[in-house]
Amino acid sequence: MTITVLLFASYADAFGQPSVSVTLPQGATVAEMITRLGDLAAGRGPLPTTPMVAVNQAYARYDHVLSAGDEVAVIPPVAGG
Amino acid sequence: MRTGLVDREIDGQALLREVAATGNGATVLFLGTVRDINDGRAVTGIDYTAYDVMAARELQAIAAEASGRFGTSSIAIEHRLGTLRLGDISVAIAVAHPHRASAYDASRYIIEELKRRVPIWKREHYADGTREWVDPTSARSHATHG
Repeated sequence: MTITVLLFASYADAFGQPSVSVTLPQGATVAEMITRLGDLAAGRGPLPTTPMVAVNQAYARYDHVLSAGDEVAVIPPVAGG
Repeated sequence: MRTGLVDREIDGQALLREVAATGNGATVLFLGTVRDINDGRAVTGIDYTAYDVMAARELQAIAAEASGRFGTSSIAIEHRLGTLRLGDISVAIAVAHPHRASAYDASRYIIEELKRRVPIWKREHYADGTREWVDPTSARSHATHG
């Protein structure tokens, strides 16, 4: 399945775009998505290694199983306030 | 109870008016403003950006939690996005309550939760022309971040 991952802040800068498509096997977890994203990001500069991830606009654990059509976002360290 | 992400100047007085009620004996207004120095580096401005739809949901959830925990629905929160100059208000939290202790506690709860989990990021502009995303979890900024 192909998942569109929304990128923000340092991740968006590293990829030069606000989202990236990641191809994953059915039943892949958030952790597998992060590993795949790390491969794609290789050579694009230092990035947070274990960022938080949101699935359908709620924080998700790394063992959360993704489904096609999920809204997935990588959330580097937040700095509001 | 109202929360919002805005791309205009924040008016603290307007938030105070929103939470005013004759049953409230205490009102706390917290303003976060852009500071001219961070980690020893001269700052000239900050870009704030957000995962808008999720940030709006998290802000609303935090306001609802604070309302339930501390017993008041007189809560108004705004966070500004875009490019801010030194001294500009980036966040405003107004809480009113019959009594001061809970008003203070609710205000503190809201700002700490906002900083912990609302997906907003800031990129500082430094006097030397460089710009960097701020990472409050890094060892360098952990001790001094406001």
